[in-house]
Amino acid sequence: MQPINRMKIEFDSKSTNEAFARVVVAAFAAQLDPTLEDLADLKTSVSEAVTNAIIHGYEQKTGTIYMECILYSNSIKVIIEDHGIGIEDIEKAKTPAFTTKPELERSGMGFSVMESFMDTLHIESEKGKGTKIIMTKRFSRD
Amino acid sequence: MTLDITIKQENQVLTVYLKGELDHHAVSKIKDTIDLNILKAPVKKLVLDMSGVTFMDSSGIGLIVGRFNRIRSFGGSMTIKNPSQTLLKILKMSGIDQLMKIN
Repeated sequence: MQPINRMKIEFDSKSTNEAFARVVVAAFAAQLDPTLEDLADLKTSVSEAVTNAIIHGYEQKTGTIYMECILYSNSIKVIIEDHGIGIEDIEKAKTPAFTTKPELERSGMGFSVMESFMDTLHIESEKGKGTKIIMTKRFSRD
Repeated sequence: MTLDITIKQENQVLTVYLKGELDHHAVSKIKDTIDLNILKAPVKKLVLDMSGVTFMDSSGIGLIVGRFNRIRSFGGSMTIKNPSQTLLKILKMSGIDQLMKIN
């Protein structure tokens, strides 16, 4: 499958950039003319991944989030990476309602949302090195 | 992106109207406002009107569950009103519809 377009950006791990990231991805994906539902699923999943990087990866301290999007003829691959503390146990982190930050009222549903709203979700993480989320979404057309 | 919050209290019902995008950034700004209003007057029912919410991720779920637990600790109840179909999808996925009325 040949990519038809690609973009890469980096931004600070500030909570104001959660909206920025999802709007940028949605604008980039719009050239494939996805349905509003697919676009909403994509935006929600990007927001989850970026929020995870800010809260869990960098523990709300300053860091850089790297985001790459690759467009194919009817799908998008989104890669969101941080160089934060990493995830100790990925399978445990994916358990619905599991959170390491209950004091922040985190629902622990971030990975469940990404798994449910995207077609594929792959997580690479190393303790002390960071986390990379790779997810893809196929677009249905109206 | 901003989230506007309007709060109205009538009898013992506190209605919170949200307008905008409900993500982690917005939640951290409005959580305390809602909690202060729950604390300052006897509230038996918390109504979250989401007709103006155009986006929500799991941070919104955390906000809802947190307020649900708080109002329940005072013997009260909580209802969600007017979520869009997009919001309903994430509310159902996270089981919120099993905790409280959504209409």
